[in-house]
Amino acid sequence: MIKDQEYLKKIADICLSKSKKLGSSDANILVQSSVSENVNVRNKKLDGSERSENLGVVLTTYLGKKKSSIASSNLKEKNLDELVNRCIETMKITPEDEYNSLPDKDLHFKGLKDLDLYDETHLSNEDKINYIKEAEEEAFSNDKIINTNGSGFGENKSNFLLANSNGFADGYKTSQFTAYCEVVSKSNGSMERDYEYTSKRFYSDILKPKQLGSIAAEHAVKKLNPKKIKSEKISLIFDKRISKNFLSIFASAISSSAIAKGTTFLKDKLNQQVFNSEINILDHGNIRKANGSRYFDSEGIAVVNLDLIKNGILQDYLIDTYNGKKINRKSNGRASGTTNLYFQNGSKTFEDLVKSENKILYIKETIGHGTNIINGDYSVGASGMMIENGEFSYPVSEITIAGNLNNIFKNITLADDLEFNYATNSPTMLVEGMVVGGK
Amino acid sequence: MSSLLKNSELTSEKADSIVSETLNNCDDGELYIEDTKSETIVLDDNKIKSSNYTSDLGYGFRAVTGDTVAYSHSNEISEKSLKNSSENLKSTLKNNSGTYNSEIKKTNQKLYKDVDPIESKSMKSKIELLNNMNEYARSKDSSVKQVTASLLAEKKNVEIIRSGGELLSDNRPLVRINMSVMVEKNGRKETGVFGIGGRQDYDEYLKNDNWKKVCDEAFRIASTNIESKPSLAGEMKVVLGPGWPAILIHEAVGHGLEGDFNRKKTSAFHDLVGKKVASDGVTIIDDGTLDNRRGSLNIDDEGTPTERTVLIENGILKNFMQDRLNARLMNTKSTGNGRRESYKHVVMPRMRNTIMLGGSNTQEEMIKSVDKGIFAVSFGGGQVDITSGKFVFNCTEAYEIINGKIGSPIKGATLIGDGPSSLKEILMVGNDMMLDPGIGTCGKAGQGVPVGVGQPSLLINNMTVGGTQL
Repeated sequence: MIKDQEYLKKIADICLSKSKKLGSSDANILVQSSVSENVNVRNKKLDGSERSENLGVVLTTYLGKKKSSIASSNLKEKNLDELVNRCIETMKITPEDEYNSLPDKDLHFKGLKDLDLYDETHLSNEDKINYIKEAEEEAFSNDKIINTNGSGFGENKSNFLLANSNGFADGYKTSQFTAYCEVVSKSNGSMERDYEYTSKRFYSDILKPKQLGSIAAEHAVKKLNPKKIKSEKISLIFDKRISKNFLSIFASAISSSAIAKGTTFLKDKLNQQVFNSEINILDHGNIRKANGSRYFDSEGIAVVNLDLIKNGILQDYLIDTYNGKKINRKSNGRASGTTNLYFQNGSKTFEDLVKSENKILYIKETIGHGTNIINGDYSVGASGMMIENGEFSYPVSEITIAGNLNNIFKNITLADDLEFNYATNSPTMLVEGMVVGGK
Repeated sequence: MSSLLKNSELTSEKADSIVSETLNNCDDGELYIEDTKSETIVLDDNKIKSSNYTSDLGYGFRAVTGDTVAYSHSNEISEKSLKNSSENLKSTLKNNSGTYNSEIKKTNQKLYKDVDPIESKSMKSKIELLNNMNEYARSKDSSVKQVTASLLAEKKNVEIIRSGGELLSDNRPLVRINMSVMVEKNGRKETGVFGIGGRQDYDEYLKNDNWKKVCDEAFRIASTNIESKPSLAGEMKVVLGPGWPAILIHEAVGHGLEGDFNRKKTSAFHDLVGKKVASDGVTIIDDGTLDNRRGSLNIDDEGTPTERTVLIENGILKNFMQDRLNARLMNTKSTGNGRRESYKHVVMPRMRNTIMLGGSNTQEEMIKSVDKGIFAVSFGGGQVDITSGKFVFNCTEAYEIINGKIGSPIKGATLIGDGPSSLKEILMVGNDMMLDPGIGTCGKAGQGVPVGVGQPSLLINNMTVGGTQL
């Protein structure tokens, strides 16, 4: 069982009062409790089950402009005493940093909590196993599916309390139901794997098991017997599960920490054209039941809706208290990063994109970590499908795709097929002018 | 007697009896208890940005029957909590029954000292070190615009209680010193990253002002990259430098030789034992027994002593890396590769220090033999798709090779290849085998564990290089 607010509050109070007694001027504490239960099946048979219970605290103490943190999962009074003591001792000898402080009181969240982020539905292990077995059975009904890498179902419930010595104390429960199915296809000596994944706060919102299994199977079969293509400059269409990655890259490039340090290619680009004028990017934290929704960030600051890109122009950064001070800006409640980050739909249909040129490479998967936020260089391994004259013709693999994000961002055309499946979401995306490395 | 249970509400005797009673009808399993202290101090943008100390104590209780694993973990160490976990395991395995395999090898292996790297250096001297690194790196050149330095130390004490009360334990120190330098010149920005570490006290790595060499190297890489030109795209010959580039071996071959993927027949290597999978002269081992190395362990996280496992010998595939579960199901013995990130994670076969042994060629010979290709000296992250065998790497330091000579540095090059086929494309194996500086972390199924790699210089016939120039 996850602990209730009362229990979490008790621990928070103990730590806050100990810190004060030992000489801290300010303190901030997070107490978290979570329970997660996962089952895995492989070849339609139970492979494993896992239950985890976690309880932990993270305490940050301040003495003027000095700061230190501790974290622990051992909440015995004696251990907490030792740790708080250690935190205070370390804090005293840590050099001052003029930007250290608790967040601005006026920005604390004070509103209503009405976003429906918790579903108390509990599935027995039996039900979880049945769900995921049904997904695998459906995948295996495709005769090219010969194996699975394993499929799983997880239920996670958590509760937390965030409090600080300025009087903030609030928290709430969230839930997450997740299922994935990863299968292996085989034909003519070629073996490929692919997956489908679904994750929602409410059980009733996740994909039905048959859908999960059939989509995974379809993905894996489509990849069979791939060809390698010649190196060339060619337009790319990014499948929705990949196009959203460009939003994550964009988000890390406009975090106030990167901006303050100057370690991003988007420094000094505020109010400038970063994308072409068709593009709008929003980060809205108040969407009911959505994966990325939250009331306040890890400092207790109310999350406000941000229109980060409007007609291609950069409007705002993602700002927390510490880095905000460095760049003379108030926090906009993004100490925990983005909330529901998404591209607004474009005006073209998926069909329009596919038929826009004679030859387009459709990217289904990228591998590797080839993004350099500092200078915008982007180079990753990829696989997908060739589109010729508007028709998907053959799978392609073992290629690389490369470009610079400054150019990529300005050459994006979006389809109108946005869905809110994850915390970060994008419609299908066409990008002109990237280089494919192949034969 | 368990020492990690000493101050808890759970007595050793009670823990033993719950473990034995729960695992009675299972094939395998154990209670894994872990007490981890870790400390991270980061200097960023000229300031000590954070000092975090974490103390984590918890257990993971595992029961295995057939190929089904039940796992329950908690950070509440009490009789009540362990009994709950026990009930949870029994309910998963209720229809199965097995025979407990109590055989486990014993060892007196001591590959690292039982030191506490957090306590053996004072906070004051750690802060001073970071400040020195920052000042030294910034003083190297006016092009240095940003410096991030960090110190990470960990002391992880683990105990494994098996059915019948057998207790195995290991106390594992680990440190890492990292440096990242950003230089800016003519409007261009590039970074260089370098680090060192292993299973010893900080001071062992700081002798002879060694921290200066860490800063020098990070600065050298950043300065090289600031002069780099865009990389060519296409198929070409690749010379890999010695040491850290062996993460290519780790990704391209290592993961595919882990027991679980082969038992499940999802690895491209699963039916190739005894077959020729690499060029003559290619021998690859996974060694958990090297003194003080980041990937070394006295015992793995199931209690099996680590060993030096030969994976590929002179081109022939010899062994997979096994934990107890996969070894039993494949009728072989654990090779001491059963590892987990923490008590919150299930055991899987994982690499330790994965090394390609040296050959007879010189790096000079390799470069001379290439008309058009690249010389890759260092890599950032890599990734592999076990099933198709495709892997990818991002070069963080690389040069073009033209007519047998090293040319300009190139930026943003990605290497992509196919594990099984690139092993056969190895044309020369160098005589300059080197281990990495002690910074690797391997990710698998969401779990990160410290690993080491090593290799000599290698010449690979044909790899696809990704870049922006056609």
